[in-house]
Amino acid sequence: MAAGRPPPGILDDIVAAIGNTPMVELSRIAPPPGVQLFAKIEGANPTGSVKDRIARSMLAEAVASGALAPGQTILEPSSGNTGISLAVVGGRMGHPVRIVMPDNTTPEREQLLRAHGAEIMFSPGAEGPNGAIRMAERLAAADPSLFMPFQYANEANPRAHEQTTGPEILDAVPDVDVFVAGLGTGGTLTGVGRALKAARPGVRLVAAEPLPGEQVQGLRSLEEGYVPPVLDASVLDDRYLVSNREAVVGTRRLMAEEGIFAGLSSGAALTVALRVAAEMDRGSIVVLLADGGAKYLSTGLWERDLDVLESDMEGQVLW
Amino acid sequence: MSQVRIPPVLRETVGGERELPASGDTVAAVLDDLFARYPALRDRVTEEGALSRFVNVYVNGRDVRYGTGLETAVGPDDQVILLPAMAGGRA
Repeated sequence: MAAGRPPPGILDDIVAAIGNTPMVELSRIAPPPGVQLFAKIEGANPTGSVKDRIARSMLAEAVASGALAPGQTILEPSSGNTGISLAVVGGRMGHPVRIVMPDNTTPEREQLLRAHGAEIMFSPGAEGPNGAIRMAERLAAADPSLFMPFQYANEANPRAHEQTTGPEILDAVPDVDVFVAGLGTGGTLTGVGRALKAARPGVRLVAAEPLPGEQVQGLRSLEEGYVPPVLDASVLDDRYLVSNREAVVGTRRLMAEEGIFAGLSSGAALTVALRVAAEMDRGSIVVLLADGGAKYLSTGLWERDLDVLESDMEGQVLW
Repeated sequence: MSQVRIPPVLRETVGGERELPASGDTVAAVLDDLFARYPALRDRVTEEGALSRFVNVYVNGRDVRYGTGLETAVGPDDQVILLPAMAGGRA
């Protein structure tokens, strides 16, 4: 691209394509009469997930504050999406990217990370996401030359959602009554929650939380449990556990009834949105579909026998 | 009696059981019933009489902290789940 601003309608970099994702009404997955259900399609971001938003904000703020120097290596624990987003955004900025990932995620994530030039270090899958966090913290402590954005404690994570995702939701559905999203770092719910509650104090924030399989609950003590510092629990109004089986059923419904190719946490969020909808007489629900389905194809999510799939998922970290 | 699921990290306190029946019509009563039989469980999941912040309790999948807490009603067919706080895997 020649110097100067690109012509109207043309973005000067893929990073500029992050955000402003579609809002789609889910009219075929019919909620009760009087209740409207809308989906924010975050799979439409450049790398196919909501994490593009926080990768952009965490790195931009780190550069602005001087915490991230030119060419410095970025290290981050991630079960996939954030790592892929950092590989693209960080790569565009000229930073080597190293991701600590549990060794039992899907092969698509490994392929995508390598394709985008990231280095992968595997943590024991039996320790779940908490194991990847612990390993990354050890690596960062041992090598001060590394920069770790650390999405679990970086306020630029919820801020990205407070400044972009939340306002986009209010623009599209100004009368939103309930917002539902999956709970990972807590950044999406915290940031969107702050934006929505500032505009509509009565709005309810509802979290869909994965029920972890026994094989990924490899904690030796309760104190090894982890409450992400960016999660502001005061913005949450309700929180539901969703099993892998329920999440698969929801993901399949999105595909079969709405033609939306989304990932497993999206099916979980839909499950919770419908549970909330069943208790409402009227109102608008926005459910955030955090990623597209491409990174889950190898699991056979849409075609394999549900019992077999559920059994196979027991030992995997998928959302 | 309701059924209470015990996570792997707490099973040593209940003789290795994965799930236990418990009586009581609130979460507090159900937990007290378990604590009476398994005192070591109380030591692990409470801090100065309150639930540890590292433990979440769900009744039929709903986190009781966002409802009426330990006073949340529990019916005979309900499932109570104890779970350690974990970072979600989606990140």
